[in-house]
Amino acid sequence: MNFYLSAVILGLAYCGMGLGIYISLRIFNIPDITTDGSYTLGAAISASLLSSGHSIPVVLLVVLVCGGLSGMATGLIHTRMKIDPLLAGILVMTALYSVNLAVMGRSNIPLLNTPTVSGILPFPGTESSRWMGAMLLFTIALCVLIGWILKTDFGLAMRATGNSEQMVRANGVNTNRMKVIGLGLANALTATSGFLVCQYQGFTDINMGIGIVIFGLGAVMMGEAILSFTKLIATGFHLAAVILGCVLFRVIIGAALTLGINPNWLKLVTAVIVLGVVGLPGIKLRMR
Amino acid sequence: MLELEHIDKHFNRGTPAEVRAIEGLDLTVKDGEFLVLIGFNGSGKTTLLNLISGTQTPDRGRVRIDGMDVTGLRDYQRSLWIARIFQDPLAGTAPDLSILDNFRLASLRTRPKSFRTAVDRRFRQRVKERLSVLHMGLEEKTDSLVGKLSGGQRQALTLLMAVMDRSRILLMDEPTAALDPKSSDLLIHMASSLITELGLTAILVTHDLRYAGTYGTRLVMMEGGKIRRDLDRNEKSSLTPGDLVSWFT
Repeated sequence: MNFYLSAVILGLAYCGMGLGIYISLRIFNIPDITTDGSYTLGAAISASLLSSGHSIPVVLLVVLVCGGLSGMATGLIHTRMKIDPLLAGILVMTALYSVNLAVMGRSNIPLLNTPTVSGILPFPGTESSRWMGAMLLFTIALCVLIGWILKTDFGLAMRATGNSEQMVRANGVNTNRMKVIGLGLANALTATSGFLVCQYQGFTDINMGIGIVIFGLGAVMMGEAILSFTKLIATGFHLAAVILGCVLFRVIIGAALTLGINPNWLKLVTAVIVLGVVGLPGIKLRMR
Repeated sequence: MLELEHIDKHFNRGTPAEVRAIEGLDLTVKDGEFLVLIGFNGSGKTTLLNLISGTQTPDRGRVRIDGMDVTGLRDYQRSLWIARIFQDPLAGTAPDLSILDNFRLASLRTRPKSFRTAVDRRFRQRVKERLSVLHMGLEEKTDSLVGKLSGGQRQALTLLMAVMDRSRILLMDEPTAALDPKSSDLLIHMASSLITELGLTAILVTHDLRYAGTYGTRLVMMEGGKIRRDLDRNEKSSLTPGDLVSWFT
């Protein structure tokens, strides 16, 4: 049972990344590979600053700013240099590997006896329930924040940018600026996941972000697949579906591990699950 | 007043595929004028609209609105003055947004997009009133996604959205090209009424010579990137359908 509880807590910790990928992929129509780097960047900065005695709020602020800047770098490369967003993301992700190593100073930082979000928030009960409370609080706060932004006039312009660029420009929106801001926001959210996961796991590793974008994409698509069975179209339901997708994905991976799958095969299992979610609707259509 | 001075626009300049889309073009459109632009395919009509709206920039020449040089301004900056209806009925609306959200965005064309959530009951009512003139029943579907509407309905929405804010110049690039005859007639008639009612300055590009003969206060024909004919209201009214057809033969 503890194993599944841990999977749910970890799933909630990944919600920032899920929301980030939802913004880049679904709102701006950009598959943003920067995620692999910005997620690790969030964890690297957190580990480095926490182990040198900085407080949680200060660390979170630095993580948000640096994650945002990494996404804005991808956005600027894409919009200013007219480089394909996929390639721009790969370039920034590659560059971030060196940046993350420089931030950490070594490839792995254990986080022992450093403050954590579960420690500073006043949740009662066992350690697991304190973590669960902290992750839920973060998830709800992020959802409310993103839900509010997307409902404003600014958010409306953001949503329309990925939907019909020609129409949006004709209505006075600088779509290039929107993309830069949007990718910045997406990667700031992703870095928040790095911030939370490293504290929960108790370490940061330079390779912890490899392939994480696939997990995020799978979680978003899984959430959408569930939502497609309903007639709910409001943005709030989409955000809730992303959260559900993140948690469900972690639980499925947790279940795969309890079935005795070698952890070395975990990335393959992740890829197969994503392939299943993405490919099954197409196969179903062909069978009809 | 919209003024174009000595405009040149070439594509693929210096290559064997070079196209002279516009050459030494001068055009002045007075406030409240409804100009209908006709011409052969490739005569430069759409390029001209792109140069006015700022989607493309001229190689030479200036574009002025009310005496202000806007040649260096981008399309989203020129939306302060200009609203546009595209040839593709799907291009003027965002399919994954609701009708209400599309109208909200259009109502902010000349204003900053702030962190306000301003779709209130009054705005909803205003949109419903606008939609009711279409007689398409869309006023009861303001929360529906625009992507679920037909091309004709979406083009009609684009027209209403174009006049939601304070833009005073309306550019229409073959807005009926993808519509059936009934929807086309409805759209052009509605556009003409709105242009008159709101005193807009408008340019309509069309291949339909019925519309060219019936609507507008001025008729211009382009050929090879240049203006070949320019008729005012009086000259236009004396044209027969046969005259127009003969220009193309």
